[in-house]
Amino acid sequence: MESRTTTSLLYLDGVTVSFDGFRALNNLSLAIEDGEMRAIIGPNGAGKTTMMDVITGKTRPDLGDAVFAGSYDLTTLDETEIARLGIGRKFQKPTVFDMHSVEDNLLLALAEDRSARAALVWQENEHASRRIDSILDTIRLKPARSRLAGSLSHGQKQWLEIGMLLAQEPKLLLVDEPVAGMTDVETQQTAELLKEINKTKTVVVVEHDMHFVRELGVKVTCLHEGSVLAEGTIDQVSQNDRVVEVYLGR
Amino acid sequence: MIAGPLIRSLDRGATIFLTICAAATILIPALNLLTPESFFLHVPTYLVALFGKYVCYAILALSIDLIWGYCGILSLGHGAFFALGGYAMGMYLMRQIGTRGVYADPIRPDFMVFLNWPELPVYWYGFNYFAYAAVMILLVPGLLAFVFGWFAFRSRVTGVYLSIITQAMTFALTLAFFRNNFGFGGNNGLTDFKDILGFNVQAQATRASLFAASVIALAICFVICRAVVTSKFGKVLVAIRDAESRTRFLGYRVESYKLFVFTLSACMAGVAGALYVPQVGIINPSEFAPANSIEAVIWVAVGGRGTLTGAVLGAILVNYAKTTFTSGMLAPYWLFMLGAMFVLVTLFLPRGIIGTWRHWNAERQAKLSAAREDGAAVGEPTARPAE
Ligand SMILES: Nc1ncnc2c1ncn2[C@@H]1O[C@H](COP(=O)(O)OP(=O)(O)OP(=O)(O)O)[C@@H](O)[C@H]1O
Ligand SMILES: [Mg+2]
Repeated sequence: MESRTTTSLLYLDGVTVSFDGFRALNNLSLAIEDGEMRAIIGPNGAGKTTMMDVITGKTRPDLGDAVFAGSYDLTTLDETEIARLGIGRKFQKPTVFDMHSVEDNLLLALAEDRSARAALVWQENEHASRRIDSILDTIRLKPARSRLAGSLSHGQKQWLEIGMLLAQEPKLLLVDEPVAGMTDVETQQTAELLKEINKTKTVVVVEHDMHFVRELGVKVTCLHEGSVLAEGTIDQVSQNDRVVEVYLGR
Repeated sequence: MIAGPLIRSLDRGATIFLTICAAATILIPALNLLTPESFFLHVPTYLVALFGKYVCYAILALSIDLIWGYCGILSLGHGAFFALGGYAMGMYLMRQIGTRGVYADPIRPDFMVFLNWPELPVYWYGFNYFAYAAVMILLVPGLLAFVFGWFAFRSRVTGVYLSIITQAMTFALTLAFFRNNFGFGGNNGLTDFKDILGFNVQAQATRASLFAASVIALAICFVICRAVVTSKFGKVLVAIRDAESRTRFLGYRVESYKLFVFTLSACMAGVAGALYVPQVGIINPSEFAPANSIEAVIWVAVGGRGTLTGAVLGAILVNYAKTTFTSGMLAPYWLFMLGAMFVLVTLFLPRGIIGTWRHWNAERQAKLSAAREDGAAVGEPTARPAE
């Protein structure tokens, strides 16, 4: 489908992660091209979240390489450094700052100098409030702007977290189960939003919801027991015998 | 650059607080010094000294609330920074005694003569100058906090483990300061002070001035804390408190934020200790006792964690109760009462006094606005980082 010649933006090779002898990731290899959107599916426990943990520096692999933009070895950097490289993440369980307003959640995510010194002398400015306004519009949370994030519904929190991702202006977005707990309409809207985001950014999205994945219409990778089981269009993958077996088996 | 954050940080509660501070700074010394004892509003000198002590405790509580209430760092060793500031002041005061000591040695304090130390140890040099002592009051606690925090936060020691090592730190310092050869007066500590900045520490006017200085220090620390917690830095602190790893994934270097606020907090605790010592007339190793640090955390919990005025109120209320109860027949039971207070507050008033009051207020406001908008779904309290 896509025929890019650039080197991969994200490149995982032979990544293995064991938890007390149990292999959550087993010799996983995956390449995401710059500008691509990739959907990752797989049954519970397939290792999808663990893969994101490896990419964002939360978990160190026992073996294997994780390279970003051709030159950054992600296995040697910590969460902060990786975030600053331009890798943003939405968590499976929505994690927003409950005691902050919706607006402040976005402010904290905004792509600005993150040093302690800059934060101490930070002042409200036109640019920041315009960015926040436009993101609030995108994620349809404008009426909730001064509400505590902790008081939002599950679906709204998902959107707020996507908004925080946008505010970070990352090069690569890792989106873990964005439509869990959303209505059909919201799911549809989220798919459109992600497609919109993908016009300028590279996106990796993990999702169980097949309608949603079909809606995205992008290359799909199916993980199982920590490695790639199948890769291709949604039709190819869902007709793959082994994929069918794995999904029926659960 | 500085004025902006300061003005922004002063909301109604803060303004009321600072007004009370200003009134106390003027009125209490005035009522003590300028009114006759027969006057019904006269404040006796012993009360001035007692209030001064409470105010120092309030500064300590403020410093604990800054890190615990806003950044989730539960230090159970803040008494150590308080005591170090106190010792730095004590060393200055000791060197002001000069030949008026029992052994009349112009340089060495009495305990050194008694221990047959031939000369003043190097680390006592310079403490005859107030300016030098003032720098040390900030530097020594600040440096210890910086080094401690550098290791602890970098290795991501958090929660109860951090609390335990802060306890260990203050306990280790207790043991060290108890030793005679450590050079700080051992068991007896530093006492028998005569002058501060040339004024007799016992004199009524000096005591009134020390009280006023303490309240001013409290007000300054409060303004600094407000400026910090209402800045974007403060929002990051709350983010770290509530979801530390999420904050890292946003690209914040969490350990730098913690290190800054922990060091700042230790300096404030040092100032509190330094003002405390001339008012109580002694500093000894018991000030490092782990129980003291725990007690200070209880003040904050009672007043309202994460509310600066609550920390101050808690420190004053609990210590007032302590003074009242430990001077009567209930004295032996004080620790039980303190424990009971902590348990009761945790169970029935988990937000503390000020926190609960603010919560009620916010709920009432929300109800009012919900009623006004008639059924519109705006019944949620809006965000207040100060909570
Ligand atoms: N920190 C950990 N310690 C031990 N085991 C873990 C840890 N993290 C993940 N695992 C295990 O690794 C396996 C893969 O987990 P992971 O969360 O990556 O799955 P997933 O594909 O995201 O599943 P789901 O669809 O349920 O989110 C699971 O069996 C899980 O129990
Ligand atoms: Mg998962």
